[in-house]
Amino acid sequence: MPKSRTPRPATGPRQLHPGAWWLWALGLGATASRTTNPLLLLLIVAVAGYVVAARRGDAPWARSYGTFLRLGLLVLGMRMVFAVFLGSPVPGTHVLVTLPQLPLPHWAQGVRIGGRVTAEGLLFALYDSLRLATLLVCVGAANALASPARLLRALPGALYEAGVAVVVAMTFAPNLVADVQRLRAARRLRGGSDRGIRAVLGVGLPVLESALERSVGLAAAMDTRGFGRTAAVPPRVARTTAALTLLGLLGVCVAAYGLLSADGAGWALPLLLLGLASAAGGLLLGSRRAVRTRYRPDPWTAREWSVAGSGVAAAGLMVWLASRDPAALTPSLIPLTSPGLPLLPALAVLVGLLPAATAPTPPRSSS
Amino acid sequence: MITFEQVSVQYHESAEPALHGVDLTIPEGELCLLVGPSGAGKSTLLGTVSGLVPHFTGGVLHGRVTVNGRDTRTHRPRELADVVGTVGQDPLAHFVTDTVEDELAYGMESLGLAPDVMRRRVEETLDLLGLAELRGRALTALSGGQQQRVAIGSVLTTHPKVLVLDEPTSALDPGAAEEVLAVLQRLVHDLGTTVLMAEHRLERVVQYADQVLLLPGRGQTPVLGEAAEVMAHSPVHPPVVALGRAVGWSPLPLSVRDARRRAAPLRARLDGRTPAPATVPAPARATATVDRLAVQRGPVPALRGVRLDLHPGEITALMGRNGAGKSTLLGSLVGLHRPTAGSVRVGGLIPHQTRPKELIRQVGLVPQDPRDLLYAETVAAECAAADRDSAAEPGTCRALVARLLPGIDDATHPRDLSEGQRLSLALAVVLTARPGVILLDEPTRGLDYAAKARLVEILRDLAAESHAVLLATHDVELAAELAHRTVILAEGEIVADGPTPEIVVSSPAFAPQVAKILSPGPWLTVPQVVEALAAEEAR
Repeated sequence: MPKSRTPRPATGPRQLHPGAWWLWALGLGATASRTTNPLLLLLIVAVAGYVVAARRGDAPWARSYGTFLRLGLLVLGMRMVFAVFLGSPVPGTHVLVTLPQLPLPHWAQGVRIGGRVTAEGLLFALYDSLRLATLLVCVGAANALASPARLLRALPGALYEAGVAVVVAMTFAPNLVADVQRLRAARRLRGGSDRGIRAVLGVGLPVLESALERSVGLAAAMDTRGFGRTAAVPPRVARTTAALTLLGLLGVCVAAYGLLSADGAGWALPLLLLGLASAAGGLLLGSRRAVRTRYRPDPWTAREWSVAGSGVAAAGLMVWLASRDPAALTPSLIPLTSPGLPLLPALAVLVGLLPAATAPTPPRSSS
Repeated sequence: MITFEQVSVQYHESAEPALHGVDLTIPEGELCLLVGPSGAGKSTLLGTVSGLVPHFTGGVLHGRVTVNGRDTRTHRPRELADVVGTVGQDPLAHFVTDTVEDELAYGMESLGLAPDVMRRRVEETLDLLGLAELRGRALTALSGGQQQRVAIGSVLTTHPKVLVLDEPTSALDPGAAEEVLAVLQRLVHDLGTTVLMAEHRLERVVQYADQVLLLPGRGQTPVLGEAAEVMAHSPVHPPVVALGRAVGWSPLPLSVRDARRRAAPLRARLDGRTPAPATVPAPARATATVDRLAVQRGPVPALRGVRLDLHPGEITALMGRNGAGKSTLLGSLVGLHRPTAGSVRVGGLIPHQTRPKELIRQVGLVPQDPRDLLYAETVAAECAAADRDSAAEPGTCRALVARLLPGIDDATHPRDLSEGQRLSLALAVVLTARPGVILLDEPTRGLDYAAKARLVEILRDLAAESHAVLLATHDVELAAELAHRTVILAEGEIVADGPTPEIVVSSPAFAPQVAKILSPGPWLTVPQVVEALAAEEAR
């Protein structure tokens, strides 16, 4: 069925296509996953932060960058605490401090509590967790620039319902936090303490109860608004859809096995392509069951290409550089060296700054 | 438009049917108001129209409900989405997307309307509901009234024949409620939409209703009729009807305007008389003092330089629009918020620095949702926990429950109580620690008139036992009936503070119906007028 599209105009202040922002962020994330060089990782965080500061809107979710930044710091801190108390797999010679070691029974061999804390071990943990924190920050940047709900609207019809489940799950977390705060306050009103682990655990059941209630309420509201209406399709089409999707997924799985085990170098790649094509066909055919239409889809213009392209380019350059000069991207721990900032990878990361200039400014809603 | 044929609904876990013997037709283009005491099956009846009962809630539906010719038994809610629009009490529970424009389009997207149709209808709806300025805004950043208007708009865009509303204004301040009701009236007048609405706050809505459907509950048959006729015999009715009934006006006026036109002789009779002065408590030392309090919540200042004293034996009503800082002020008095400037003292303690166990002996707060306070499985267990929490004699709380909530079974789950019963239980739990200051946040939300009358009695008794009572409320009738003193907050500042009659009589937003009818006389409630008339006749 041909659809007459009425996308939003591509001029003036507007929201960039959410897919472009997520591609950009995933590109930065892929860049981060290729290196443990702390200077490069911090540079990626800075690039993401600058773009967010330059191009985020004034909606409530635009503040999520800070939340993810704090989450990243938390991950970093926890990893360091574990590295200090549980030791590290990296052997090291520079002992910073020796903690009293807890004697453990012989069946707990390999587990160590306390003992030597080495500079190598700490740095290894620091680099490793910094990489994870950087990935979180990239996701946070995507969240701040384009809320997942907007991304959902750009999904093909057949994936829409699965997408809704994801979005509902994502809004679950902030609501849960609000509930915990409210119920902890209520505990205080009953004379209980609102601090400490017990206070948080004590409200567990009521929090889950109210979260469940909220989900049921939302499901009812969505149902009354026509969510899940399907068009009648001939059973043959429905069967073909299911068969194509299943075969496609199976093909992708087998091909992935072949690629990883390295004995199917010849047949794995064609099978992968075939599987992907089959799954895509299934999705396309499946979209015929969905009756949904889309209200004012975001256009995909040169600006979107530039934003998504900058992320992908940064990732691609980094992968290429990693194969050429792996040493610069993973600073050596044994022997201990101070990490330097390699010029070419740094330039590759800086490509990710492009959206700060090319992305359109978002419209200000509250005037 | 909506027909009920011998409809009854029975939920599995209950012995009594939730709804019984409904057999009536609601014609097209009517604004039909559904009234009745709590637990009479109002929400169930609304659910049968949108198809949520029985498809979503379970239970057994006997008989037949048809909407625009579609049987709700064979059509799931999603298949009724193009004829029935449903809006509940809490708009935030209704929203699926995150901006105003997307939310308005969501229902149409689900129905698969053509993009150019969607575009046109979104613009029309933005204008119809006065939301054009807010189109790009995030839904969570809107005020309560705006959110409720967006919720109504979001179901309007599919052009439903029937709009089903469950207490659409009960969470709103008087101004926001007017906004929403004006929109509903416009829909009925301009688009011919059939509206079926349940609402406890009859004083707000009854004047807009063409028909009233009364569900008396307890197995009695429902009555559908012209608003004035049904109101003449309804057990639940707003003050304007109570006044009309007391004075013997017929036909009964439903709006303040109609009543005012009839009231000239009554005003003349009452001229020169004044209501019996309320028993003003003897001045005593303040038990709670708030001095130049400022509280910051997130980026916004919630309170700015508030001064307030609470005296034993005095009931104070705290009013103001949604977001004016009422809840923050109550929260500060129980130490939930740290002051950024100024001070709070309750019974000599600084709330946010006091251990909760000591603080609850001085001040107790019943939060907006009393369920937050209750976490035990049975009433008896709840009472035992309350005694433990406040280190009171075992049985203290149970005795209070027996007084506030006579005849309640020990084994009842707090969740199975009605709104009014739950409020009384939460109040009993708070009173167990014998606090001198009692705070209530929106106590009458979801209460019917009987439960409200009971609450008024309870709070009067507490004041007589020289508790200081502070209640934050949108309910102007409650404030007029109960409060010695009224404080009005706006933007975190106190804009009026004084004896209730002085504050509310002159205010267009906060005056009770009787005051509006008999202004400029100093009358606030129907009992005052009745008493004065009786005294006149006795002479």
